[in-house]
Formats: sequence, C-alpha cells, structure tokens
Amino acid sequence: MDLSYYPGCTLKTKARNLADSTVASMAALGVNLVELPRWNCCGAVYGLTEDNLLHQLAPVRNLIRVREQGYSRVVTICSQCYHVLKRANRLMRTDPEKRKTVNSFMDEGVDYRGEVEVVHLLEVLRDDIGWKNLAQAVKIPLRGLKVAPYYGCTLLRPREIALDSPEMPTILDDLLHALGATPVYFPASTRCCGSFQVVADPDFTARCSREILDSALLSGAEALALSCPLCSFNLGSSQKELSQLHSDIRVVPVLYFTQLLAISLGLIPEVCRFELNDDESRLILQSKGILGEVPVETGKQG
Amino acid sequence: MIIDVLPRREINSAKKIEEVSGQNLSLCYQCGLCAGGCPAGFAMDLLPNQVLHLAQLGMWERITGSKTAWLCASCFVCTVRCPRGVDIAKLMEAVRCITLRQNINYVEPSKIAAETLAELPQVALVSSFRKHTA
Repeated sequence: MDLSYYPGCTLKTKARNLADSTVASMAALGVNLVELPRWNCCGAVYGLTEDNLLHQLAPVRNLIRVREQGYSRVVTICSQCYHVLKRANRLMRTDPEKRKTVNSFMDEGVDYRGEVEVVHLLEVLRDDIGWKNLAQAVKIPLRGLKVAPYYGCTLLRPREIALDSPEMPTILDDLLHALGATPVYFPASTRCCGSFQVVADPDFTARCSREILDSALLSGAEALALSCPLCSFNLGSSQKELSQLHSDIRVVPVLYFTQLLAISLGLIPEVCRFELNDDESRLILQSKGILGEVPVETGKQG
Repeated sequence: MIIDVLPRREINSAKKIEEVSGQNLSLCYQCGLCAGGCPAGFAMDLLPNQVLHLAQLGMWERITGSKTAWLCASCFVCTVRCPRGVDIAKLMEAVRCITLRQNINYVEPSKIAAETLAELPQVALVSSFRKHTA
C-alpha cells in the first residue's frame, strides 16, 4: 500500500530518529510512505484568529499537492503537523466563505474543498494494519518494559480533530500493548509540556515537563513514548539540566513510539538513530534484553 | 434604556477581542474550569477566567498588563472543557495578536543566543515566532 507522507521540518533535521524509524517500520509492515514532493512548512501552530486567513495558506498548499499527486489521504507523524494540517483541512471542508478566500490565493482553477483526509501514523496502525495484525508482526516483544504513553495536546484537542477521546485516549496504550510492552496509566499523559514557550522561557517549560515526568515515574514507568519532536525536546532537555543540578532526580528515557515499533519489528537498530536520543533511552532497552549493543556516537542530544 | 457604564474606548476593546477571536465573551459564567485545567496557571498573574471577566468588562489595559496570554501555550484544555463553548485558546490568541499587530514583539529573535538557536528544534522556533513575534 502506498501512502502520501508529509514529514514536516523537524523530521528532516533534528528528529531523524522519528523519521527514519517511521519509514523503515512502515515498509516492514507493507506500507510504502511516499514523501510529498515540494512540501512546505505547515506553520507548526494553527492560526486561531477569525480575521486573518494568511496562516491557513501554507497547510492548504500541502493538501492541494497531496490531491495533485492523486492521493486521497496524507499521513503525518509530528503532532504539531497533524494538528495544523487536520484543522486547516477541516476549515476548508466546513466554512464555504473562508474556503473561497483561501482558494483565491491559490493557482487559478484550484478549488480545494478539503477532499484529502489527514491521518496520523497511529491511526494507520490502528485502522489499516490493526492491533492484532501488528502483534503478529512483532518479532521482539517489548516484554517487561513499562512505558508511559504520552499523548500531549495537539493529537487530542480540540475535540473535532482528535484521533481518540480527548480526555481518556487509549490509542498509544493499545499500540504499546500490541508491541508486547506494558503501558502504564499516568495522570499527566495529556498534559502540556509547555510547547514553544521553551524559546521565551525555558524555566517555565522545565517546570511543566517535570510534572509530566514525575507523574510517569510515580506511576512506575521506566520509559516514556511520544510522537512530537517538540515534546521530546522539552521532556528530554529539562531532564538533562535538572539531573545536573540535583543528583537525586531520576531520568526518564524518552523515546518516539516509532523507535519502539522498529525495535519490536526486529529491524536493525540503526534505523532508530539512537544517537539523537538520551543515552538512557538505549540503555533501558538493553537492560531489558530487547536491544543488543548499538554502535552509536554517544553524548549527543537530539 | 441602555446605560453606558464603560468609557467608549474600553467597549471597543471588548468588541475587538470578540471580532478577532470570533468568541461571544458574554457566554462565560465564571465557573473556573479553564483555570482549573490550565497547565500554565502556576505562572499566570491572571487566571484564564479572570482574563475573560476583564474582557467582558472591556478592561483592556489590565489584560495587556498581564503575562497570561503570553504564557498560554495553546494546549486547548480550556477549549475542550468549557461548558459554555467558549474557545478560550482563541481568546488568548486574540489578546496576543491585538498587541503583536502594533508591531510589538514578545520574543526578540535577534536576542536568542546562537547556541540556543542551534539546539532548539525547528518546530519550537517556528511556533514561537508565530505566537510571539509580529
């Protein structure tokens, strides 16, 4: 099965560990991710003002390109990209007046009406592959690994674009379960990590992130799985600094769910690009006997 | 008879927030659910429901004098939980945008250290500049 694939800016640079593990895992599952030609940045955050449609142009341009390529669906992995593309698409579907204005900025004759469907990789795994089939494809079950599924904000809110229940999601839990891991319920699984505020005030995001990590630790998690490169940065970087300041703080390994997927499918560890994670992410998998020795450049932070 | 209790300038600011956000401010009945769920509440000088109340009253200067809208990370917890259907994240965006449109930046990109820039993922920078610069 071929699927149109929108990587977004961070997957091509800082989050190669998310991108490469995704493409390799999906190939192993028989899904060929075809990168959208000439894609542009989605804008990373959805424009929330009623009187300025300028910010809708970038995501809609991508969606028009998906249609031009003859695809009816586009899959994305970054939580921010999913949110922006899905909401912009919904606007084009539901608001005839704004649709007309946005289309008037595009090439002549383009009348985009939100025909393309925006899906997240987790939805492809749930709806196209199915948890049962996925469990059967697992070669190295993540047995004995307690993972906190971290959903964050933009996959679940607002309700009209949520890929699961906004308050009690299970999709990431179900995935971890299919991979043989033990998903751990923790109260902060949908709490915000502070997001882009890390640029203006890293102390603020460190505090937001600490609450999430503490909640995961208190619930018995040994690692945290997520899908967002911004969350990954906030949750990872705050730990690095805090563990330098306080020796008693336990580090929570932060992994992309696609890295766990790739390992459990028995793919070579190189596709996970563990050199872009904290060392702890690799060590926890090795301590469980899930991962062998990986030749990586150590000490590099993604 | 309509009693005009607020100065005209302040009435206009309430109207402006409604225009930019597309939200009906008078729907809010101050239940505080938005404040209860807000992950940034610990750092805010005004809680989201207080901003809404000030917006209803058209007290624009109290709102712009507060850090609250700038600390909002658009996580949409308030939006999802509001029993009156007010999209509070849109209201916070309107407050930010009305200021940013006067060419006032909250974050100065030129003042970010080179090593910080190199370390931050693209998604953080693009989001921050979209939310915090004119």
